[in-house]
Amino acid sequence: MFPPLPNPTVKPTPAQFGEQDLIRRSASNVAPPARQLTPVAKLIDTSKCIGCKACQAACLEWNDLREKVGFNSGVLDNPLDLTPASLTVMRFSEWINPETQNLEWLIRKDGCMHCADPGCLKACPAPGAIVQYSNGIVDFDHDRCIGCGYCIKGCPFNIPRISQVDHKAYKCTLCSDRVAVGQGPACAKACPTQAIVFGTKEEMKQHAEGRIKDLKSRGFKNAGLYDPPGVGGTHVMYVLHHADKPEIYANLARDPRISPIVELWKGVTKYAGLAAMGGFAAFGFLHYLISGPNKVSEEDEKKAEQLTGSDVS
Amino acid sequence: MNMEISRRQFMKSAGGGVAGTTLGALGFGGIEAALASSIRPFKLTGVTETRNTCTYCAVGCGIIIYSKGSLAKGERADIFHVEGDADHPTNRGTLCPKGAALLDMVHAETRLKHPMLRKPGSDKFEQISWDVALDRIARLMKDDRDKNFVARNRDGVTVNRWLSTGFLAASATTNETAWTTYKVVRSTGMLVFDNQARV
Amino acid sequence: MYAPIRQGTDIAFLLGVIKYCVDNDKVQWEYTKAFTNAPYIVKEGFGYQDGLFTGYDEAKRDYNRSSWDYELGPDGYVVSDDTLQNPRCVWNLLKQHIAIYTPEMVERICGTPKDKFLKVAQMISECSSPTKTMTSMYALGWTQHSKGSQNIRAMAMLQLILGNIGVRGGGMNALRGHSNIQGLTDIGLMSNLIPGYLTIPTEKEPTFDTYMSTRGFKPLRPDQMSYWQNYKKFFVSFLKSMWGPAATPENNFAYDYLPKLDLPGYDILRAFELMNEGKMTGYFCQGFNPLLAFPNRKKVTDALSKLKFLVVMDPLQTETARFWENHGEHNDVNSASIQTEVIQLPTTCFAEDTGSLTNSGRQLHWHWAAGTPPGEAKHDTWIMAQLHLRLNELYRKEGGAFPDAMLNLAWDYKDPEEPSPEELAKELNGSVLETVIDPNDPTKVLLEKGKQVVSFAALRDDGKTASACWIYSGCYNEAGNNMARRDNSDPDETGAFSKWAWSWPVNRRIIYNRASADTNGNPWDPSRKLLWWDGAKWTGYDVPDIAPNAKPGVVGPYIMNPEGTARLFTRGMMRDGPFPTHYEPFESPVVNVIAPKIRGNPVARVFKADMEQFGEASEFPYAATSYRLTEHFHYWTKHSHINASLQPEFFVEISEQLAREKNIQLGGWVRVWSKRGSVKAKAVVTKRIAPLICDGKTVHVVGIPLHWGFIGAAKKGWGPNSLSPFVGDANIETPEYKAFLVNIEPIAGPVA
Repeated sequence: MFPPLPNPTVKPTPAQFGEQDLIRRSASNVAPPARQLTPVAKLIDTSKCIGCKACQAACLEWNDLREKVGFNSGVLDNPLDLTPASLTVMRFSEWINPETQNLEWLIRKDGCMHCADPGCLKACPAPGAIVQYSNGIVDFDHDRCIGCGYCIKGCPFNIPRISQVDHKAYKCTLCSDRVAVGQGPACAKACPTQAIVFGTKEEMKQHAEGRIKDLKSRGFKNAGLYDPPGVGGTHVMYVLHHADKPEIYANLARDPRISPIVELWKGVTKYAGLAAMGGFAAFGFLHYLISGPNKVSEEDEKKAEQLTGSDVS
Repeated sequence: MNMEISRRQFMKSAGGGVAGTTLGALGFGGIEAALASSIRPFKLTGVTETRNTCTYCAVGCGIIIYSKGSLAKGERADIFHVEGDADHPTNRGTLCPKGAALLDMVHAETRLKHPMLRKPGSDKFEQISWDVALDRIARLMKDDRDKNFVARNRDGVTVNRWLSTGFLAASATTNETAWTTYKVVRSTGMLVFDNQARV
Repeated sequence: MYAPIRQGTDIAFLLGVIKYCVDNDKVQWEYTKAFTNAPYIVKEGFGYQDGLFTGYDEAKRDYNRSSWDYELGPDGYVVSDDTLQNPRCVWNLLKQHIAIYTPEMVERICGTPKDKFLKVAQMISECSSPTKTMTSMYALGWTQHSKGSQNIRAMAMLQLILGNIGVRGGGMNALRGHSNIQGLTDIGLMSNLIPGYLTIPTEKEPTFDTYMSTRGFKPLRPDQMSYWQNYKKFFVSFLKSMWGPAATPENNFAYDYLPKLDLPGYDILRAFELMNEGKMTGYFCQGFNPLLAFPNRKKVTDALSKLKFLVVMDPLQTETARFWENHGEHNDVNSASIQTEVIQLPTTCFAEDTGSLTNSGRQLHWHWAAGTPPGEAKHDTWIMAQLHLRLNELYRKEGGAFPDAMLNLAWDYKDPEEPSPEELAKELNGSVLETVIDPNDPTKVLLEKGKQVVSFAALRDDGKTASACWIYSGCYNEAGNNMARRDNSDPDETGAFSKWAWSWPVNRRIIYNRASADTNGNPWDPSRKLLWWDGAKWTGYDVPDIAPNAKPGVVGPYIMNPEGTARLFTRGMMRDGPFPTHYEPFESPVVNVIAPKIRGNPVARVFKADMEQFGEASEFPYAATSYRLTEHFHYWTKHSHINASLQPEFFVEISEQLAREKNIQLGGWVRVWSKRGSVKAKAVVTKRIAPLICDGKTVHVVGIPLHWGFIGAAKKGWGPNSLSPFVGDANIETPEYKAFLVNIEPIAGPVA
């Protein structure tokens, strides 16, 4: 087994990274940090996941969030999508393997991928509302969030959700509060099959290699690691038994990339700076860019409206 | 209780193909305290830890319960977090979705807080005191027992049994509760006695 | 690898696997010949035909089991043929018995495609190698059949012929259903039990001597250790724990204080049958929710309505405590017509109490209270003490029926109002009541008065020791509270963790571990050693389950059996046969192809009114089964907000084919009904539940998760027990929750 994550300490422990380790800050510039933290990563092995939802439960409990009691919609997924409270959800897919005719029950834990090149951060017009540390964690600063929802448009994985209560965007923090004191994320600690493990990105890649080798020996010839280069790699990675077909895992993006419009926007902020442009003008410009000819973005907008239903309690 | 056993023993044996993750060595060592406004303050600092066992199935996962206030110190203790115990060989810190949400069982809105009585034919419970509840139960038991206790069967054999009141015992209670229950129930001669073992 | 199987056909599948192993010479022969009863000769007269063993009495629904036994020699020992040539040896009778379970027959009965069955059988059979081990982990669902005990037996037999019992990574492992269900069973909180698997006397055993006369456990093999020969020591020590000074040699240690049974036992089905017949006055539910947990909810409601009083002790509100409360269609009762007085007592939960729980691995883990109980909630120990003290007070004042066993109950606690967990744990362990001097050396004190006994080896039958539960002896001795030990070292990674907590018996982690070594005492698999004979004694990583100096080849490993071997043939110890045999559930979509005239298990007890409530496949064509979901635990987690949000609403699962046939929409509403009741649910339509072909007939399965009721944080719903039949297993009366018949139709949803 993978070494268990340690028990938390109750002794006062200073946070081991912080402001001085920022490598990116939305709508602002940061000075290059004096040190480079070791990149961390969470590895989610879909072949070991049993879909129990311990990760969902642990996430809600640790983060003091509660999801509303909803409905059954004819599937086991619940809630049906990410919400401002459910920062992670299990997505269940029943797939008949055309080669073997066997039913394969593919279960993917969805949530923030902590992209090395984060589209949310680049799209965000609020200075410092989204930050990236040199260990790879992309975090939201809710005091600075203005609830515009552009992070959703910027995200190639459609992850952040806006609360209708406080109108701020929420997503997985990779349990930055736990990692800061030397712990692993709550979901990884809870996972009873160790389908979720946490460590340095290098270790996680090594661990994945062993898993992929094992899967290949069991006949999954396309087993592989999902660490998409289009977003510079991610700090949440998947082991997939069918890495050649990520879309069978509840539409996992085959080649996620940040929308070119967001890249353009990023260029604008870099050049002018939000403060200089004036907030209102900036929104107008971005809105023009996004609601222009881009079809994908229209869909995103619609989804964003639908998906802001759940509230933080 | 002994809180000192470390996870080192696991670390030694759990090597596998990958060197053990030592989170202290994730590149943070020796760095002075740093704060960031995006990072939530660590909520377990300075609170009380208590070792316990998950109340659900019989795997017996070890848990640590975190409370504000300590029963051991004679204080009021309010539980606010439950997490798997990484030292425990059974679960090594992991939990299932029930165990990971134990906190919401402890604080369920439907926890019982007072003895209640529902009178025959009534459509509601009424709050009563412990004394009233216990005296009433003892009276009901005694009246039935005195009426229906069988000291001898038809053949004159001493049987000392009571069949008209039954007891269904709880399999999430401790062995110590079980023994107390056994003593009290058996000493009355009750034979309609069962638990979840075969249900 | 997934091989589908129709619910209620496990025995056919497993006997098919055993046949595959026998036919393909995939048997651990040395183990089977030396450690099982395969070579023993069975009496003339025993036989099996058309689904019945010899001695069946249809009117009584019972067997005369006298022919189901070994041939004994003039010396009183069992006759054996080590060459396995004798046609009446257990091995040959077994071969004959399983001959019918060919892969084709398995497919006909179970609906498991032959190629999938063969693949599974082949994989399992590889574990007949002494260096390969299979484990069996099963949950209560496997026993929730009218032949549930025989399901388990069939797998145990397979494990025996593969040589997988008593070895590292092997065994028959019951995943018990509740955190301390193992403890409650060990401590005997059942109709016919005394702690440590001793039994309550029947009225045919009016005296201590008649009781002991059937508990001699004389060895059936020369030089064999038969451990139950110590029964009297454990029994007397138990009586001393119950009644202390009032249990004397003169009154046979208060033997008369124990109630005597007139029936095999008062299990829950019998209790609710009696209740429904109006023969019960009162009932206590301590942390138990029978309204949802027991079969045929209508009958349970009727039965509870006939009680004079119901006492509920629970940390949570339960449906049972509110069975009289109208919740619309979810509990449609007329409160005014229900005359039951209900008293509901708030108890603490796990987080607020201290004590030990025994897990499925027989490990006793101590835990500590962490939180202040809500409101006026009290520990169960306090409540039970109060009932005892107040009842005694009434008897002292008023007199009444035979109060002696209550008034003399040992209750020497520091605070009689609330015995402490430590005091109670020490009682379970046992202590020395009178100093015992070595009869050969008067200067040597064997046992010192007032000390905790070190283990059950110290217990005596003369009243000088007490121990509430002999198998727990050692849990809290002079070394302290061993259940609280927390050293997680595990030399050689055996998985034993012998210094972590404490396991019964005597901290042994793998029972029957002597069987992990061959007849000469060498480990079957040198790379996974557990125990071995070092020339003078048994040694290894675990506490030997045999006398340390018992020479290999002389004493058999199964020391709790007087034969010293494990039983492929169970003699007369199970009511429904010495071998398992395939019976259909009482409600089955198909007839029993090997015994078409037999309905269900021919000796399962069925009350008359319940027999009339069995449905037929013509009216209820679909095979229903009940189960849990990962997000929930029984009827508890619907009270936990997080769990309620993860799986909020009652649903049933059906195949895409059945959905098409019945025009049922994914996420649409359905009505599901049986002969006993009706429920409404959302429909989860899934590829995971595919129709089976059994004996040429398509069988559709309806899956019914069991977590909803009318109280808690989750949406109101029903459970499978509004539908399930009131019949239990022939040996242990576990209800047949896992296989019954229903019908299903789409309905309009409730008006929002």
